[in-house]
Amino acid sequence: MAETSSTEWADLVVDATYARVQLTGHWDTLALSRLERRLREMVWPAARELELDASGIDRLDTGGALLLLQLTRQLEQAGLRWHFNGLQPSHQALLELVRRRIPGQPLEPPARPFGRIATLGRASSLYLLQFFGLLAFAGELMSRLGVSLMHPRRIRWRELFDEIYSGGVTALPILGLLSLLIGVVVAYQGGVQLDRYGANIYIVDLIALTTVRELAPLMTAIIVAGRTGSAYAAQIGTMKVTEEISALRTIGIDPMELLVIPKLLALMLSLPLLTLMADVMSILGGMLMSDLTIGVTPDVFIDRLPHVFAFERSFLLGVGKAPVFAVIIALIGCFQGFQVQGGADAVGRHTTISVVLSIFLVIVADALFSIYFSWLGI
Amino acid sequence: MTREPVIRVQGLRTRIGVTLIHDGVDLEIQRNQVVAVMGGSGAGKTMLLQEIAMLYRPTAGSIRLFGTELEEIDPQRAGGLRRRMGVMFQQGALLSSLTVLDNVALPLREHTRLSDEMIRELAGLKIALVGLPPATAFKYPRELSGGMLKRAAMARALALDPELLLLDEPTAGLDPVNATAIDELVLSLKQELGLTVFMVTHDMDSLWRVTDRVAFLGDRKVLACDRMEALSGNPHPLIESYFQGRRGRRGRESMWAKN
Ligand SMILES: Nc1ncnc2c1ncn2[C@@H]1O[C@H](COP(=O)(O)OP(=O)(O)OP(=O)(O)O)[C@@H](O)[C@H]1O
Ligand SMILES: [Mg+2]
Repeated sequence: MAETSSTEWADLVVDATYARVQLTGHWDTLALSRLERRLREMVWPAARELELDASGIDRLDTGGALLLLQLTRQLEQAGLRWHFNGLQPSHQALLELVRRRIPGQPLEPPARPFGRIATLGRASSLYLLQFFGLLAFAGELMSRLGVSLMHPRRIRWRELFDEIYSGGVTALPILGLLSLLIGVVVAYQGGVQLDRYGANIYIVDLIALTTVRELAPLMTAIIVAGRTGSAYAAQIGTMKVTEEISALRTIGIDPMELLVIPKLLALMLSLPLLTLMADVMSILGGMLMSDLTIGVTPDVFIDRLPHVFAFERSFLLGVGKAPVFAVIIALIGCFQGFQVQGGADAVGRHTTISVVLSIFLVIVADALFSIYFSWLGI
Repeated sequence: MTREPVIRVQGLRTRIGVTLIHDGVDLEIQRNQVVAVMGGSGAGKTMLLQEIAMLYRPTAGSIRLFGTELEEIDPQRAGGLRRRMGVMFQQGALLSSLTVLDNVALPLREHTRLSDEMIRELAGLKIALVGLPPATAFKYPRELSGGMLKRAAMARALALDPELLLLDEPTAGLDPVNATAIDELVLSLKQELGLTVFMVTHDMDSLWRVTDRVAFLGDRKVLACDRMEALSGNPHPLIESYFQGRRGRRGRESMWAKN
């Protein structure tokens, strides 16, 4: 809110005895609001015809002209006749211009084509369609992936390596740090409990199994979904808005092949490797913390590590989940990108959906894995 | 009486990275004049407009707007200047989350305390002024054609009835009827409202019809700033080659045909 303060406000003075209304001040868009408010509760003098003395109008723009027209309309509604006096020729011309162009009736938003229940139904069917769309997208992606893998020459190696770099390599520092901290937290929380029972050495089992089997793969997938999945959605979505996707199609380049397959392959390759690094860093963090809090020294820790029950199997199961998470993240990110329609706000909306949905599905998948593994007894 | 020009650019130099875009641009625009800037693609016309609109800081040189030097301006004064000018971008730059009506109403809602009905009526008037049918008011930018976007962007630039209008290629992409309508609008705004207009354009018809003076940007500076009749006869090789093509001549011939 910043209206003019230095300039004069548009105003009017009613002179009832002479049936005259004096208009004064700057009739500029920025100086109208006071008069507009005043006009709404204006009581006009009882006269057959009012003289509108416009000689005091210093400036007039289209906003002012509109208000002037509204004023005359109001007079007519009150059953009064009116005429201008002293209106400058240029103001007269402007008033004419506005009068000619003003839309006949007030603009009304088009009636909503659907009632409440219909809107609800439409929204649900849209969700359903989206779901089918996702399935179709997944199917198409998998068949293209098959083609690409059978004809490695059609893989866009450059894009693939770019994606591995931006989605994998650049994630190393943040992921390393967070995994270290996770290891520290688990060691601290678990160590306190184990120390009470004098079972200090089992801290190694606790850390190795929880992090390697569950925490590291899950954390890695969640961080990558937030970092890289969102970037996929935003990139493809923006390209959709600026019609780059359509341009690619007309050039004869399949957007799926150029944009999606490299992302999918890159993530399927880098997520297991990132998980591996998360394993190492969280065990390292746990080892440091065990040494500090419950006196399990690093050499004891490392000695114990190979003897942890089913350590290798847990490790393989943990890393094995990563490619599945990678498919979920790449699929959701790219699909949401392609769903974008319209402008910048749609890009933001679909990027958000992609992150929420892929994290949700990663956790669901992880739970399904747990159930399945326990059913298999591994 | 010599009045302070609305825009005065002196010794402007712009460098982006290593490329020098402007090197010694001088330009003056007097009140109530329509001045166009022409020149080849990439000559730095849009950049010059952005610098005048306080969106981009020049590397060196001075720009004065309404007599205020932009170099040392404080945010409050800058806000005051911004309210006195309307800018229309080459790509329209309408907010995609708002309808056309709300896009046009946005500056009004931000800067005035007018009632909602008044704002809607005023925005509707601006939409009518640029020649858009009333039904477009409730459409979103993505539902408009390229030419309609241009006009909607023009309506938003006009929202506050600015004293100075900066237009980046207002008629590019419009059909001849609508391009002429925009030309007429610029002319009537100039006459009725005393507007000052700075516009970038390649449109020969606009250049001949609406401009008071035309500045030719080339070789990183203003090669000439003159009336169109004089400019089209300018012997400078860049200007000459610009006007020699068939398209360059067309506007002049149609001008002659009219007289
Ligand atoms: N952000 C940027 N970074 C680097 N160079 C830029 C940038 N913006 C513009 N340029 C360069 O500045 C020069 C002038 O650009 P500008 O957009 O002003 O051209 P123009 O005269 O408006 O051209 P057109 O008629 O095609 O719109 C161009 O050579 C362009 O490459
Ligand atoms: Mg440009």
